[in-house]
Amino acid sequence: MSRVLVGVKRVIDYAVKIRVKPDQSGVVTDGVKHSMNPFCEIAVEEAVKLKEKKFIKEVVAVSCGPSQVTETIRTALAMGCDRGIHVEVSGKDYEAMGPLQISKIFAALAKKEEASLVILGKQAIDDDCNQTGQMTAALLDWPQGTFASEVTIDGETVKVVREIDGGLETIKISMPAVLTADLRLNTPRYATLPNIMKAKKKKIANMKPADLGVDMVSRVEVLRVDEPPTRLAGVKVETVDDLVAKLKANGTI
Amino acid sequence: MFPASRYSIQAQRCIRALKTVQAEHAPPQHYTWRRNCSSAVMPRITSHYTIFPRDKDPRWEGVEMERFADEADVVIVGGGPAGLSAAIRLKQLAKEQEKELRVCLVEKASQIGAHTLSGACLEPSALNELFPDWKERGAPLNTPVTEDLFSILTEKYRIPVPMLPGLPMNNHGNYIVRLGHFVHWLGEQAEELGVEIYPGYAAAEVLFHEDGSVKGIATNDVGIAKDGSPKDVFERGMELHAKVTLFGEGCHGHLAKQLYRQFNLRENCEPQTYAIGLKELWVIDEKKWRPGRVEHSVGWPLNRNTYGGSFLYHLNEGEPLVALGFVVGLDYTNPYLSPFREFQRWKHHPFVAKTLEGGDRIAYGARALNEGGYQCLPKVTFPGGMLIGCSPGFMNVPKIKGTHTAMKSGMLAAEAIFPKVTAEDPASETAGLHIPEYEDNLKKSWIWKELYAVRNIRPSFHNYFGLYGGMVYTGVFYWILRGKEPWTLKHAGLDSAQLKPAKECTPIEYPKPDGKLSFDLLSSVALSGTNHEGDQPPHLTLKDDSIPVANNLAIYDGPEQRFCPAGVYEYVPLETGEGMRLQINAQNCVHCKTCDIKDPSQNINWVVPEGSGGPAYNGL
Repeated sequence: MSRVLVGVKRVIDYAVKIRVKPDQSGVVTDGVKHSMNPFCEIAVEEAVKLKEKKFIKEVVAVSCGPSQVTETIRTALAMGCDRGIHVEVSGKDYEAMGPLQISKIFAALAKKEEASLVILGKQAIDDDCNQTGQMTAALLDWPQGTFASEVTIDGETVKVVREIDGGLETIKISMPAVLTADLRLNTPRYATLPNIMKAKKKKIANMKPADLGVDMVSRVEVLRVDEPPTRLAGVKVETVDDLVAKLKANGTI
Repeated sequence: MFPASRYSIQAQRCIRALKTVQAEHAPPQHYTWRRNCSSAVMPRITSHYTIFPRDKDPRWEGVEMERFADEADVVIVGGGPAGLSAAIRLKQLAKEQEKELRVCLVEKASQIGAHTLSGACLEPSALNELFPDWKERGAPLNTPVTEDLFSILTEKYRIPVPMLPGLPMNNHGNYIVRLGHFVHWLGEQAEELGVEIYPGYAAAEVLFHEDGSVKGIATNDVGIAKDGSPKDVFERGMELHAKVTLFGEGCHGHLAKQLYRQFNLRENCEPQTYAIGLKELWVIDEKKWRPGRVEHSVGWPLNRNTYGGSFLYHLNEGEPLVALGFVVGLDYTNPYLSPFREFQRWKHHPFVAKTLEGGDRIAYGARALNEGGYQCLPKVTFPGGMLIGCSPGFMNVPKIKGTHTAMKSGMLAAEAIFPKVTAEDPASETAGLHIPEYEDNLKKSWIWKELYAVRNIRPSFHNYFGLYGGMVYTGVFYWILRGKEPWTLKHAGLDSAQLKPAKECTPIEYPKPDGKLSFDLLSSVALSGTNHEGDQPPHLTLKDDSIPVANNLAIYDGPEQRFCPAGVYEYVPLETGEGMRLQINAQNCVHCKTCDIKDPSQNINWVVPEGSGGPAYNGL
């Protein structure tokens, strides 16, 4: 019986309108509604389902960031995870934090916790990187089942049905492995109030990246963040001749 | 159960007549009937279990309906200024007297402050009593009022009105705040004191003991599909039992509506009258920024018989931010009036446009507010519970401030409850504690004196000269006589009864939004960040699905299309056949409660949707 590590990221809620900071260094996050990344919710749900089916013994929810991420870990605990780990990252390190640092942290934790599976969301809705799962697998030299829409454990191997451009691909990988959840993997359960109350009693361990031997220096520097350009109004024309004339006039043809 | 197509016309008419009696049975998916304006099938709109109970619904047979229950000493519904002040005061008293007290607070918003919307000029009187050291604690009162302007607007010009000391609108000593941030700070203080705060969980049901007293509340169920059937992820809400339950749902709370009927709390007061307030936050050109300046106006674009006005406050929190908005009294008579479009139109007035030109709008929201004051205060205590804050309605209308009185009412409630709830033997006649001392405390406090002094100002607008008559009355009786006149004027009655039929009124020609100063409805709603789980029964329930087309559209030209600040209600042509149907876009709802208040048929009953749905205001 084994242990699963699930990554949960606290991101700006998908329904909120984003605003760029006046100094163009990033996006306004103060006081803005945040919630758990939707793909991370699906990852948590899958891990809890595997535990309910008795394939795994313990589910550990992990999140990296400032003190507010403990709310996200609590939600994961309320959905059924057994305990949490909060890797404290704040200030400049948090702003510069990206998939490389996160995957180093997860790789270190996976070894430390002797996990047989690391389940992550396929990507986060704020940066849309889609890199952490893949990098974690590479750092650990573990097989990876990404964009999973169906996961079945069979002894020491995992059968993963992956969503790819051409359709669905089924692969068999040996454990320990890294999986990333895609949209159709499952429908996450609600974190109900009695479970939130019980989750307050579950343990969340605190640690720093340095405790895991990870340096948070970023190889990427964000130069500027801009709003997307406002869409110009379209122009309607009556005939094909008008269209050709307009295209010639603005130099397209 | 009764597929209508199998029956003859006579049988259909019979079934229809019996429908009102048999409302409990699971209805067919479609109604078919002949009406003047429609000869086709109307799709069903309402599927919520408060209209169609689940114990008679075959789809719910065998579903586990047991609820997990927990006990607390005090449960508070609503994490606004009143609820949080009550929670804080209770914990402060517990700490002083070294007693243990479990206080649980439930709030429907995803985080404390996300559903809070107000101007706001805060009078720090109640805060000074609650936290004399609020400055050291970091309360976000960063903008003391430095300038106070009042104007009467005409279409092109502005008539300044001197803001003499002693007039209710004078703001000397007050602070311009972003109330959402202030409420969030109150939430942090409450948590530090040990209050259990649960945002994202809405109180959906009031629970009663056998003897009829209030036992507590139950939070909303989750996982019900749009058609009212259970989904795989269905989970029952949780019951929170308490010795006493405080209801601080804000203006026109849905549980409070139920409690008024249950305990007959409104038998000796006038029906509450309301207004709708719409608000935006703008980042403006630094050259136009005057931090600490408060501007109010009345007049254009409203006519003299429609109560309302505007506010524009310059905040001082780093960025050149202004909070501006428009309030329209919901006792307006013209069904063609659209409060949203009046607001957008007002921004084009030269005096306002010059501040906003070159600026960017960053937030939008709307909420109903109380206008009734003293005459509309109900009984606020009943066995097992009490009402606090804007729910019963302690807003000082001419001052346009209700936060200080809401906070004070929460504190008074806490002070009345504490000795009873920590006593060894509560000596109560009912299982839920009845604490009438709270009402006595209110009557002895400055809330009562303040509301009594201004009681006649709002009703004084109901005269031929409308706005101008009201201003003259205020000048004479309030400024000079301080509200000591022996009479108490009455309001006009229920807001929903004030609309005139559409054929007696002229449609209003509103200008098109220009995309720079004024905007369309849907882009505004997007800015509020509102969202709800799509697959749930619409929480804007109709007691009778056929009334909107038969009554609201036929007689009043569908006023809900205009007074809803979020575009929830739309009359769209039927897919087949002639006529219109009402479409409810429940996901857009910003929880303002205006529809429940203003619907001329009083057919709309707003109930709480799944918790954490609704707007995502940030410091509004």
